[in-house]
Amino acid sequence: MSEPATLVPHAQSAPPIRERVKYDWIAYLYLLPAILILVVFHILPAFYAFWISTQGGRIRAFRFIGADNYLNALQAPEFWGALLNTVWYVVGTVPINIALGLFIAYLLFQKIRGRGVYRVIYFMPHVISAVASAIVWAWVFNPTGGIANRLLGLLGLPEQKWLLESDGVFKLIGQGFGMDLPGWLSGPSLAFVSVMIFAVWQALGFDVIIFLAGLTNINAELYEAGKIDGANGWQLFRHITIPLLMPTIFFISIISIIGSFQAFNHIYTMNIAASQPLGGPLGTTRTVSIFMFDQLYSQQRAGYATAIAILLALIIFALTLVQFRFFERGGQENAQ
Amino acid sequence: MAKINWKRALIYAVLILGATASVLPFVYMLMTSVKTYGSATTNNFWPWPPLGDEPLQWNNFTEAITTAGMDKAWNIPLFVRYFANSVIVSVITVVGTVLTSILAAYALTHMNLPGRNLVFLLILATIMVPNDLTLVPKVVMMFNLQWYNTYLALTVPFLVSVFGIFLMRQFFLQIPRDLFDAACIDGAGHLRFLFTIVVPLSKPAIVTTALLNFIWAWDNFKWPLLVTRDSNMRVLAVGLQQFLQGEGGTKVQLMMAFATMVVIPIVVFYFFTQKYFTEGVITTGIKG
Repeated sequence: MSEPATLVPHAQSAPPIRERVKYDWIAYLYLLPAILILVVFHILPAFYAFWISTQGGRIRAFRFIGADNYLNALQAPEFWGALLNTVWYVVGTVPINIALGLFIAYLLFQKIRGRGVYRVIYFMPHVISAVASAIVWAWVFNPTGGIANRLLGLLGLPEQKWLLESDGVFKLIGQGFGMDLPGWLSGPSLAFVSVMIFAVWQALGFDVIIFLAGLTNINAELYEAGKIDGANGWQLFRHITIPLLMPTIFFISIISIIGSFQAFNHIYTMNIAASQPLGGPLGTTRTVSIFMFDQLYSQQRAGYATAIAILLALIIFALTLVQFRFFERGGQENAQ
Repeated sequence: MAKINWKRALIYAVLILGATASVLPFVYMLMTSVKTYGSATTNNFWPWPPLGDEPLQWNNFTEAITTAGMDKAWNIPLFVRYFANSVIVSVITVVGTVLTSILAAYALTHMNLPGRNLVFLLILATIMVPNDLTLVPKVVMMFNLQWYNTYLALTVPFLVSVFGIFLMRQFFLQIPRDLFDAACIDGAGHLRFLFTIVVPLSKPAIVTTALLNFIWAWDNFKWPLLVTRDSNMRVLAVGLQQFLQGEGGTKVQLMMAFATMVVIPIVVFYFFTQKYFTEGVITTGIKG
């Protein structure tokens, strides 16, 4: 149940087509609108991107410059910094979201009174516009009298600059304990971690809903059988829930990683709400997506932005392949 | 027995904590939107009676609208234009997406066409193409097609949803094909069968597709910013952003009032559709 092909439920497929000789050729007419838009606005642009990435100048005045855009990107420290930040972002949000989403969904799946109400509430952050909620959170992180600092004050901790802080979180924590960590250990900036906190808050409900759907599909008799065999709660979770939920975990991790690599709206909004330049304090919230947008929108370098997008797409694609491999192997082990 | 009760109490405590964290920023936004400038900036929790003496500042909403500026061409507040644009774009996107998804999902489930599953897999595979990759080419296309700064640019590229096709296909698969054969005997064709039998039976999937695409369309920010130029073509998300960068940035209470007006329509839509929504997601089982 772990390879991507399980997106197609074989069991429910239609009766064998060969029995009926007559094909409904008109079916292609039904498919036409969807496929036409997909091809014109999603597939062809992907190929068009390779041509644009070889162009210099503004959009209306392109000129061929060969591989210069790629060479410039690969030599730009900003690009590598942005890539590192993007990796921090993915590592700092996706696993937490999956673990927390599964945890909450599992709790909700117990016999809970008012489950429907929780479901509605947990999905709320995903419903609210990211631009609006990012503004609210930026105000929560306001260094002068913001809620976040009030909470720290209640706990007896020193106030922080949050979205304005370019120092790494590990460095800040180290300072709290009187240690001086070396620069390479300082981690993502507190500004960026504040953005990640928002991202976890926003995406959690989506994961909860999807995990709930996955849990609903697990046959309850399996749990009964496990209980009869004397398994405790953790063993049931570890040996029944997790393996059978692998396709869902796979689906969510693919979707979240592809999405996180391109996270933009809230990072951009929180930078502006904190009166920071695009990229945040000392560029510590600059992800590849933000870097690309900056090159396109502020610098008017469409070709360069596209070259960056292609490099990003290659990384995403490679990671997706690795995930397919990883889950394929995991699936086989679980099946044995 | 006592042990079990403790466990359940813990479960409820965790769930309530999570639920509180989920809605608190929203409540905070609503509360701040009716505070005075002073109470908003000092985070005075409850400036109204009985703890304080300030009245609810409803005029923050009108002030936010006037502060956002006027549309000189039509002599109406720009906010009204933003709002109208968001509604137009979202409604067109949702209706279009639902229609293309229904038609495609129907062809993929209830019609005999060669290579049906291959077509479906190819459609699914397109989610592997990251949106960032196609962003600049699409912007260039908008210039070439002369769609820049028009509703066409804001809607047409979004009239399809792979997620919607996937969800509806899952739902349509549960509708027996015998039903179609019966309808055929009654003289119904594919289109009539689709819209009189399949669509009413698939309400949860359709509402779910509509809700999610409405959220995404309403929330869309980067694309409208890139393909519109005139302030009367801006949508709410972009207008909110510009308000933040302009006068609203310093007046928190107005900022929150503006944000509230952006958020309310979608929250209302959500509450009216949430019953079908969870049903749609759970019964179709997006199980990857």
